[in-house]
Amino acid sequence: MKTGMLAEAGKAIGTATRARPKRRVLPLDYARRRSIQALLAGIFVFLYFPIVALVAFSFNNSRRNVTWQGFTFDYYVKAFNNASLHEAFTNSLIVAGVSTLISTALGAMLGLALYRFRFPMKGLVDGWVSLPIVIPEICMGVAMLAFFAAMDIQLGLATITVSHIAFTIPFVAVVIRARMAGFDQSLEEASRDLGAGQWQTFWNVTFPYMGPGLVAGALLAFTLSLDDFVITFFTSGPGSTTFPIKIYSMVRFSVTPEVNAASTVLIVLTLTLTVIAMVIQGRSGKQMVGK
Amino acid sequence: MQDWRKNKLFFAILMAPSAFWLVVFFTIPLAIVWVYSFGGRGPEGQTLIGFSFENYRRAVEWIHLGIIWKSIVIASITTAACLLLGFPLALAIAFAPSRLKNVLLLLVILPFWTNLLIRTYSWIAVLRERGFLNFGLEWLWDRADLLFTFVGMPDLFGEFQPLRLLYNLPAVVIALIHVHLPFMVLPLYATLEKLDRSYLEASLDLGASQWRTLSSVTVPLAMPGIATGVLLTFILSLGSFLAPDLLGGTEGLMIGNLIAHQFGPSRDWAFGSALSFLIMYATFIVLWIRSTVASRSQTGLGI
Repeated sequence: MKTGMLAEAGKAIGTATRARPKRRVLPLDYARRRSIQALLAGIFVFLYFPIVALVAFSFNNSRRNVTWQGFTFDYYVKAFNNASLHEAFTNSLIVAGVSTLISTALGAMLGLALYRFRFPMKGLVDGWVSLPIVIPEICMGVAMLAFFAAMDIQLGLATITVSHIAFTIPFVAVVIRARMAGFDQSLEEASRDLGAGQWQTFWNVTFPYMGPGLVAGALLAFTLSLDDFVITFFTSGPGSTTFPIKIYSMVRFSVTPEVNAASTVLIVLTLTLTVIAMVIQGRSGKQMVGK
Repeated sequence: MQDWRKNKLFFAILMAPSAFWLVVFFTIPLAIVWVYSFGGRGPEGQTLIGFSFENYRRAVEWIHLGIIWKSIVIASITTAACLLLGFPLALAIAFAPSRLKNVLLLLVILPFWTNLLIRTYSWIAVLRERGFLNFGLEWLWDRADLLFTFVGMPDLFGEFQPLRLLYNLPAVVIALIHVHLPFMVLPLYATLEKLDRSYLEASLDLGASQWRTLSSVTVPLAMPGIATGVLLTFILSLGSFLAPDLLGGTEGLMIGNLIAHQFGPSRDWAFGSALSFLIMYATFIVLWIRSTVASRSQTGLGI
């Protein structure tokens, strides 16, 4: 009896919702269900609240307060005038710049070789070169530290750069390989048939096609290097503090609006570079589809 | 694809520089640590080369085993929570209309591109005693207090005591979930996106409920993605260093901190190397499981 009433009520609700066709939810359209929407909203608040609060409170006119005291740029001015932050930022740019140049060149060659050639034990080589991506950073960090110590090499900007190149090469290779997957090899054949040599074909046909992949790979390598903390932590010596290392030592002391201002600068910089990289990759992807 | 023998010179030119770099500045360093892991510590903190399993035996002594066990528990809780949150999220994104899908995907990926250190320490301001969460709770508390005063029960709650939310194990877990959720969502999304929807529709048409369809059709079909996401999240959180370091206090220490300590103040590199290679062995096992799962699911889908 009760279940019958429930069914009737259900039908009534059913017709009520059917009367408004806009709200009808298809069975697989999970993103339109209220319960899923609530869950999604909760997850995104969880993902974004800490970072948004950090950025917002770098503009807060109070040193240690969780309530809003008014808008100010003071802490940005302070961070900008902080000589050691300045130096750390310069160091980070030097390391990221140099390591990007080398790792983009090497990674692109590796990606091209893996895309183009069949060779014995390729699966193994594939796994080996992607190992820097998968192993926990701390393992690689202490390994680099042990290596430089064993070779009696003084830790400094050079050791940081060398380590950054090692862990960014595989990322560049992945990007280049993905880019080359859309390459039409008959273009190379045509070039050869028309009398161009192997090098001429490479520089005039293959290399220009790689272009967007190279830019995206370089931007990725740059942001990874700029952002890296753990590996840098183990390979930096006194006097070679990078931006994240400096932020870390400031945070260990106290979380101030000044640190938040410095962090916001880093966030804005990496996000901008990443968005540029994604736009370039997206555009080149569309080109591929267009062909 | 070309056979390397057909164009040896070009192949060598392309492969040699990065192969050289990755051998010298990646493989040899790892090999050194591996060799150290069988060595010992000299009286002045120098590392002695030798061959014994002493360091590995020390790793399973009670005092260290506790930290290793805690790390495994933290990594497991993180992985489970990421799966529980990430699966509905990935499902909603995969089946969303394409415009919304791109927006949602971007929203998941963006935090991923924010600095790990910043994302980790951003939780300090949220969780500390005078932080956002306690502040919000105090606000709610005061409202509730006011309400009860109105109905004639003043001071029922008493003064608000801020909760200790920072420098403990839950703080580490929260930050790790925050950091690793995208690593779970992306592989899940990749498989759910490719999944043949007609199976799900057939299940629903034949009268199975949404839950039944989810448990008997969607989840089994999404198994390769689930395996990738779970293994990736587990390994990455097992090797965490920053979250326990900044948010864990003494209660939330993990293997990563123990390793850093051996290479830092303790100057026992041999023991640190052994601990580091314990994580490496775990990584290799996980990679091996993943490749077997991948090959099995490939044959499985052929039915």
